[in-house]
Formats: sequence, structure tokens, C-alpha cells
Amino acid sequence: MNSLKRLSGFIWIALGVAAVYMMASQAGTEISAAAAANKAVLDTKMFWYIIIPIFAPIMAGLCLFGWYAWKGEYDVIVRDSEHPK
Amino acid sequence: MTSSSTSEPMEKKGLMKVITASSVGTLIEWYDFYIYGAMSVIIARQFFPQDNPTAAFLAALATFAAGFVVRPFGALVFGRIGDIIGRKYTFLLTLLLMGGSTFAIGLIPGYASIGIWAPILILLLRFVQGLALGGEYGGAATYVAEHSPVGRRGYFTAYIQTTATLGFFLSLGVILTTRKTVGVEAFNDWGWRIPFIVSIFLIAVSVYIRLKMAESPLFAKIKKEGKVSANPLKESFANKRNLKMVLLALFAAVMGQGVVWYTGQFYAQTFIERTMSVEFEQVRYLLCFSILAATPFFLVFGAWSDKIGRKTIMLAGMLLAIVTYRPIYKMMYSYSDVKTRTEITERGSKGVAVAVAANGDSTITTTTVAAYTDGSTLKTVKKEVKLADVSKPAVKPETTKTLWLSSGGFWMIAFLVFIQIIYVTMVYGPIAAFLVELFPTRIRYTSMSLPYHIGNGIFGGLTPFIATRLFDASITAENPGGDPYVGLWYPILIASVCFIIGLLYLPNKNDEDMND
Repeated sequence: MNSLKRLSGFIWIALGVAAVYMMASQAGTEISAAAAANKAVLDTKMFWYIIIPIFAPIMAGLCLFGWYAWKGEYDVIVRDSEHPK
Repeated sequence: MTSSSTSEPMEKKGLMKVITASSVGTLIEWYDFYIYGAMSVIIARQFFPQDNPTAAFLAALATFAAGFVVRPFGALVFGRIGDIIGRKYTFLLTLLLMGGSTFAIGLIPGYASIGIWAPILILLLRFVQGLALGGEYGGAATYVAEHSPVGRRGYFTAYIQTTATLGFFLSLGVILTTRKTVGVEAFNDWGWRIPFIVSIFLIAVSVYIRLKMAESPLFAKIKKEGKVSANPLKESFANKRNLKMVLLALFAAVMGQGVVWYTGQFYAQTFIERTMSVEFEQVRYLLCFSILAATPFFLVFGAWSDKIGRKTIMLAGMLLAIVTYRPIYKMMYSYSDVKTRTEITERGSKGVAVAVAANGDSTITTTTVAAYTDGSTLKTVKKEVKLADVSKPAVKPETTKTLWLSSGGFWMIAFLVFIQIIYVTMVYGPIAAFLVELFPTRIRYTSMSLPYHIGNGIFGGLTPFIATRLFDASITAENPGGDPYVGLWYPILIASVCFIIGLLYLPNKNDEDMND
């Protein structure tokens, strides 16, 4: 089970990177398309200018989660009450 | 006699007082937050005229920023205060800020009176609302959990979990009652202000109740021992041992819980109203029935999580949502598909009205009403503008549809929404107990609030927007009706990732000892 937890860490890192890349490329496509058609340019820009700065740090958090998982930090979950005081 | 988290006795009567004081305030905060969303169309008309680009920009910002971006910041600001000066005074402050800003929204003159200041003031107040909401929930959940007896924390914190749904219910109820009392026209003109102004009385009662409460026993204990954190933000997010728990909470539980919650309660409403074109009041009534019937299940699943573990119930709710969302929405949509119904031609009607403007442009409005054997009625209004100046480009005709469901259709859709809210109760009922058990007392408020508001505010809160956007993108020349179910891929995808992470990494054992 711990091997699976660690190996999956790589998937979460890849997922975080892929999500940011896809968001950025989708934003570029939609903003260009809106500008070319001169339709809903402000709405499209607003949407992506808000979405990307919000989701990018969260996806960085997913990558960090994956890194910790890969390093075996989640092999055993120990709550504070269970730590030796 | 039960033993509380502090190992000191807490009578049931005292505990119920704690729960009432916390729940009433949180419920009112949710009410305040939701009435803005429920009346966004009227507010946009009064404060954000679409022909002014700056005002339109501020409208989008008020919707997105306050609801989603500001909430996690509120979690950080008030979480920090709550871990330093205490839970009681912090969630009193959030209550006052929320109530004050809601009341003020009800008093601000419209764009026609004070121009651009109207949308700027609304935006500022909406920011304050978002900040206050970000600080409220963590405080209330922590406060109740720190009073709860060992082995019943899921049950008692589930009372706090009912408040978001009941706040939504209250907002629907107050809006419907006000609309009925003053009439639709007066409501759109000035009556919409009443639900905002009413908030001040609700807040006054809640502040009075909360002022009488004592500080959380666990926080009081660490304060007495001098163990209060000097820098909860640093301890929460710069300390690897705690940061990895924050990430676990977000990606293994709250992210999926957020999308299931917002799909069941809010996207369902958007789908029924926008995609299915069901009439305004019918939508709100069926939501009210579904919410009322499902709300007790928060307590059922909260209590059950004390016995079989939080993980099992939360992940079961997510899995059911992933597997059944598409069949549920297909079934709901079938009630709006009039092509499969038999029309009663003699009960239908068609009317045409022509209005000619001073410049010679004429507007032809064709209203068609079709009645069907199952009892449903569809009204279609088509507006065509014929320009006097034929050299100008033609205006595209506008068609709006309003569907009145049959009695059978109404109750069937109410039942299908009820099922979705049952999923909400499964994922959301145990989440407060799950979060408070994950973090130590000295930084609990800060640590649990951030993942909660990222999961619910951002992943969950964006569900209706992203799903509607996916639907709009599916409308093409080849498929002018679009794919009505494409929006569901967003919650299904997020809930699936969260389900897998939760299944792999979450422990199912509840942490009985919160005195850490």
C-alpha cells in the first residue's frame, strides 16, 4: 500500500503541472478567439485573469502534496495527539 | 454525564446552548451571503448597468472575488485572530462585519442616484462579506467541537453543518415571501432591499446570544497554560508536519466535498432554471422542499461518522455523486423535453403584438402558450426587431422560454434534487469533525479554515460558473441546443481525483483526543 501511495505522488505532481498548462493554453485560445470575434472580450479576460491566479497556487499545492507523498510523508498519518509530547 | 473534550463534564443543556449560539450566528451569516447571489440579477440592474464597462467589470469582480478569492483570505485573517485572542470574540467580530455590510447593501442608493460610487460601494461591502464568511465557519465549527463530548463530535458539529443549507433555505423563503407581499414590480424596484435590511435584526439577536457564551474550554486551557501560538500562520503553513495535513485535508476531502455541495444545491438550481427553463417560483419551491426534507440527514451522517469513521461516509457520498450525477440530470432534463409530450392543441394560444418606436423600428412580440396532457405548460416569447433603416445589420431575434412543470414533474425533480442534497449531507455532515481532529488546538482555527474555504469557495463555488461555461461552449452551429450534461464533467472530475486521493491516503480512525 505504501508503494502505491508513493508512486501515486508522481501522478499528483504531473496532474498539477498539466492543469496549469491546460488552463494557460485554454485562456490564450479563448481570449484570442474573443478578440478576433470582438465578442465578450472583457468577460473572457476577466474570467481567465481571475481563474489562473487562483488555481495556479492551488495546483502548486497539489504538486507539493505529490512530492510529500512520493517522499513517504503520508505512509503513516500521525495526528498531533498521537505525537510523543 | 458525558465527558467533554477537556475531560470535564459538560451538561447536555449547556452543550445545546453552545450549539444554538454558534449555529444561529453561522446560519445568519450564510443567509446574508446567499441573498446577494439570489438577487444578483436585480442588483446588477440597480448598480451595474451593462452599458457602462467599468460597472460591468465591477459586477463580475463582486461576484467572483468576494465569493471565491476573498474567503480564503478571511480564513487566514480571522483564523489567526481566533488562534491568538480566542474563538468567541473572533466569530462575534465576523458576525458584526457580515451583518453590518449586508444591512448597508440594503441602504445604498442605486447607480441612477450616485453614479459609479454605487457599484464601488457594493463591491467593497461584498469584499467585507467574503472576508467575514471566511472567518466565521472555522470559528463556529472549532467552538462546537471543542465543547463536544468524546465519541459524539461528528453528531454535535453536524448542527453547524446544517446552517449553510438552512441559511440558503431562509434566504429563499424571505425572498419569496417579500416578493409575494409587495408584488413582483415593487420587489424589483425597491422590495429587494427588505431581505438585506431584515438582516440587522437577525444579527442583533445572534450577537446578544453569542455575547453570553464563554470561551472554548480547550482554548481557555492553553491560554491559561501560556501555550497560545504567537504566529499561527507560520506554524500552520511553514511547518511541514502541519502543512502536509493542510494539503491532505484539501485534496483528500474538502475539494471533493466542495464540488458535491455546490452541484447539489447550486448547480442544480442553475440547471433547472437556465437549461430546463423552469419558472422562477417553481424552482425555488422545489428547492425549499428538497432542502427541508434532506437537512436532518446532516445529523444522521454526522452521528454515524462517530461510529464508522468520517472517511467511509464522505467517500461513499463522493462515489455516489460521481456515478449517478449524469443519470440524475438526464432524468431531470427529460421533464423539460416537450417533444416527448402530447400537446392539447385546443388549450394552446398564440398572440402577436407590434410596437413601433419613434425612430420607426418595430418590435414584433409573438407569445405562444402550449399545454400538454401531463399538465405541464410551455410559454415561448419571441421578439423580433424590424429596423426602419434597412441598411443597418439585422437584429437577431430573441426567444425566451418558461416551463411550468406538471405536479408529477415538480415532485419528481424535487426528489432528484433531494437525492443530490443527501450526497451533500454525506460529504458535508462529518467534515467539521474531520477537520478539527486533524489539527492541534493552538493553530486549529487557522489550519482548518484555509483548506475549507479553498475547497468550498474556490473548487465548489466555481462549479455553477464553470459548468455553465462548459455548456455555453458546447453550443455550436451543428448543435444549437448544446450538450446539457457537459457541465457535470467538472464536479465529476474533481470529485473523482479527490475520491482516489482520499481512498489512498486518509485514515478512517477518528482522533478522539483533541486536547493537543
